Amino acid sequence: MNWSFFHKLGSPKWFFEISGRWLPWFTAAGVLLLLVGSVWGLFFAPQDYQQGNSFRIIYIHVPAAFVAQSCYIMLAVAGIVGLVWRMKLAHVALKCAAPIGAWMTFIALVTGAIWGKPTWGTYWVWDARLTSMLILLFLYFGIIALGQAISNRETSAKATAVLAIVGVVNIPIIKYSVDWWNTLHQPATFKITEKPAMPVEMWLPLLLMVLGFYALFTVSLLMRMRVEILRRENRTRWAREAMEKML
Amino acid sequence: MNAVSEFLAMGGHGAFVWSSYAITLVVLSLNVLQPWLARRRLVNEEARRRRREMT
Repeated sequence: MNWSFFHKLGSPKWFFEISGRWLPWFTAAGVLLLLVGSVWGLFFAPQDYQQGNSFRIIYIHVPAAFVAQSCYIMLAVAGIVGLVWRMKLAHVALKCAAPIGAWMTFIALVTGAIWGKPTWGTYWVWDARLTSMLILLFLYFGIIALGQAISNRETSAKATAVLAIVGVVNIPIIKYSVDWWNTLHQPATFKITEKPAMPVEMWLPLLLMVLGFYALFTVSLLMRMRVEILRRENRTRWAREAMEKML
Repeated sequence: MNAVSEFLAMGGHGAFVWSSYAITLVVLSLNVLQPWLARRRLVNEEARRRRREMT
């Protein structure tokens, strides 16, 4: 196997250049997908026969929850890569993705609570799915706080990587919480192995929204990482030249 | 006009649906605005530093 891409990936300079080229595409795709998806979901998708119009919250709730969990898995992977191969870029990714993941978890929790009111008659219950998502939010807070509390960059990177890796145990708990415990939260809308139980005109906008959320997550992550890289590499020649162009 | 307000009401679920979408819009915008501001701050700092070095 050719590992040269792996070494390239570890190079901040290479990443800065390639991410600069990718950003406009991800931004355009994200805005377009979210716009089409939400207009479709809000205006054209049919009502749910049980939940009426409140079900339209699904078009932001489910994508946010997907991204919140994928982002955490990404943190754990970045943590492993950073610890094992000492890849600087992995630490940058971990640090920059954590706040976005926290915000996505926040969206999932808040929209879930708002959806819960007309559907279950309450904003919050200590249901397994809700509780494990709240734990996810606290894990994100923990990683952010730990990263900020330790001023030494190496130590801080190691500590946050370890916390990210340990906390990943929560992800399968979130996923299977609706199967393991008899909870109020409805079971998964999408399963990889089965066709969705919804009609096409309901799940297609959801698919667009999921892709849009991932695209916007990527945009935010790349933007944050680019600033962080410039800050860290400000003594190198390429970073100074890149800054020159931005002035 | 009636059709519009009827649509906005969403059969009594309007407040829930629209507040969810509004909060999401704000949070998503914040996640793009924040790094954009950080980038601007960094560039401004650099410009100031260079001006100092020139004089």
